[in-house]
Amino acid sequence: MSLAAMIPADPEGWFAHLTMEVRAVLLAVFLLLALSSIVSIGLVWSRPQHDYRELRSRVRTWWVIAGLVAGAMLLSPLAAIWFFAFVSFLALKEYLSLIPSRRADRRVLFWAYVSIPIQYGWISGQWYGMFIVFVPIYLFMWLPTRMVMIGEMPGFLRAVGTLQWGVMGTVFFLSHAAFLLVMPVGEHPRVAPVWPSTHTAISAGPGLLLLLLILTQCNEVGQFLVGKSIGQRKIAPAVCPTTTWAGFVGGLLITVLISAALGPWMTMLDLERSLIAGLVVAIAGLFGNLNVSALERDLGVKEAGSMLPGHGGVLDRIDSLIFTAPVFFHFVWYCYG
Amino acid sequence: MDDLRRADHDSAAEADADADVSSVDPAILAGIVAKGPQPVLRYLFFLIVVRPVMLVIMGMNVRGQERLAERGPMLVVANHNSHLDTFALMTLFPMNELHRVRPVAAADYFLRTRWFAWFSIRVLGIIPIDRDVRRGRGHPLDPISEQLNQGAIVLLFPEGTRGEPEQREPFQRGIAHLARRHPDVPIVPVFMYGLGKALPRGEGLLVPFFIDAYVGERLQWTGNKDTMMERLDTEFQRLADGARVPETF
Repeated sequence: MSLAAMIPADPEGWFAHLTMEVRAVLLAVFLLLALSSIVSIGLVWSRPQHDYRELRSRVRTWWVIAGLVAGAMLLSPLAAIWFFAFVSFLALKEYLSLIPSRRADRRVLFWAYVSIPIQYGWISGQWYGMFIVFVPIYLFMWLPTRMVMIGEMPGFLRAVGTLQWGVMGTVFFLSHAAFLLVMPVGEHPRVAPVWPSTHTAISAGPGLLLLLLILTQCNEVGQFLVGKSIGQRKIAPAVCPTTTWAGFVGGLLITVLISAALGPWMTMLDLERSLIAGLVVAIAGLFGNLNVSALERDLGVKEAGSMLPGHGGVLDRIDSLIFTAPVFFHFVWYCYG
Repeated sequence: MDDLRRADHDSAAEADADADVSSVDPAILAGIVAKGPQPVLRYLFFLIVVRPVMLVIMGMNVRGQERLAERGPMLVVANHNSHLDTFALMTLFPMNELHRVRPVAAADYFLRTRWFAWFSIRVLGIIPIDRDVRRGRGHPLDPISEQLNQGAIVLLFPEGTRGEPEQREPFQRGIAHLARRHPDVPIVPVFMYGLGKALPRGEGLLVPFFIDAYVGERLQWTGNKDTMMERLDTEFQRLADGARVPETF
């Protein structure tokens, strides 16, 4: 199925590639944001002695993030794919700016950037085979080979290792979120898709991506809120003092519940598959969060950057998503691909 | 005066530039210099080319930006590692202040061909100064003074050369001369990191990295050149020590 074929020949005007459910969820996200803005402004008014600047800038940044994601999704699946390519670029740049590096490797790092348009090019062309092998096979052979050609040997292993870890997360893992947009359903899937509407059957991608984004975010918020209110025992005290077992379980329950509610309604996932999807997102989200925290610990920084006021850097924002995207994708791909 | 003399040449290309400068017809050069920046061209160039590159391709983390909030005259001094340093500094100011912001640049390098001179003066809006005073007519700092008197925000790299990537060179003393000439003009030190990796000297390939810019405390003429240089150096060292610089191995 080609990208163009996913969009009906204009039965419903603009945004025809988005089902009514997806549009409703996007609208709900913005209503929720409006509510957060009202609450945060109300807090500033009612309790002037407190400093709510952090909260205000956090909410404002959320408007920008949600606006960009929704805008790209509304524009077209292709626009959304290249929006993710841009996020990969920002995240990789942030990573490469933080890590120790060798001067000699400038040109190697350049190739790491070049891999981004190539990887998202496979996605735009719906070439699953290249999408899945390009980074782990071809790129991971080329990057060290390019280093060898420059000829600087001291620190070679360390330089290759740190570079490839970053490319794996910021480019390869994250690009799975974009592939959801064009993921075709196989002719003989292991699990029969349950289409909530014919429109969903024509345009399944945006619903899957939106489900992933919402589950990932709800898991983060759930983990944080539950962990803050009842959490005691920390999962990894050396890495992340705010992540507790209670928070993890609480976040997991919330994520699974939301997945059960949204999955069957918005995507081809049935109830069982939706429950499992919520489960894997909750676990992978925790792993992603802990891994990026560990990275920041090791590098001696509190946040990966300052691009997103109130959130830190791009890496801080997408830490869970980097891990949930491939896990969610491969779960759906295994069932329906 | 001799402290303005360049310690060394930036590169072989720049060494040759000394000879080249005479190859441009002095009358034409004087004409370009007299005209000064072309405001519309300059605005468009920074809006369409420089800002997108510095903010999107590169990206800037700025600490202490509020110290640059006041209007000119102001003397901004920074460490120098890359041709992009000037663009990074100019991006620290809002577009509606752009017309005031004037980078100081070496005449022997930036005016070495007719086209380059036109671009440097008309579009970049540099204040050209002679690094080699033997050639100069009048005091080499006069053009800078003139701009400061008109309320300009003057950008200066007291290291005088881009040097080795991400390594600080000792400051030339021309900055102390300027401070003495303009005791009321605040001097704002800015320490930058990242551009020496993104586009170091002698490299043509731009590799994106975030730029960290640390804006320091404002300094004023101390009444003595030695203490002036010392204060500037101390403040710069403080900024550099406070900056997080990834290890290079």
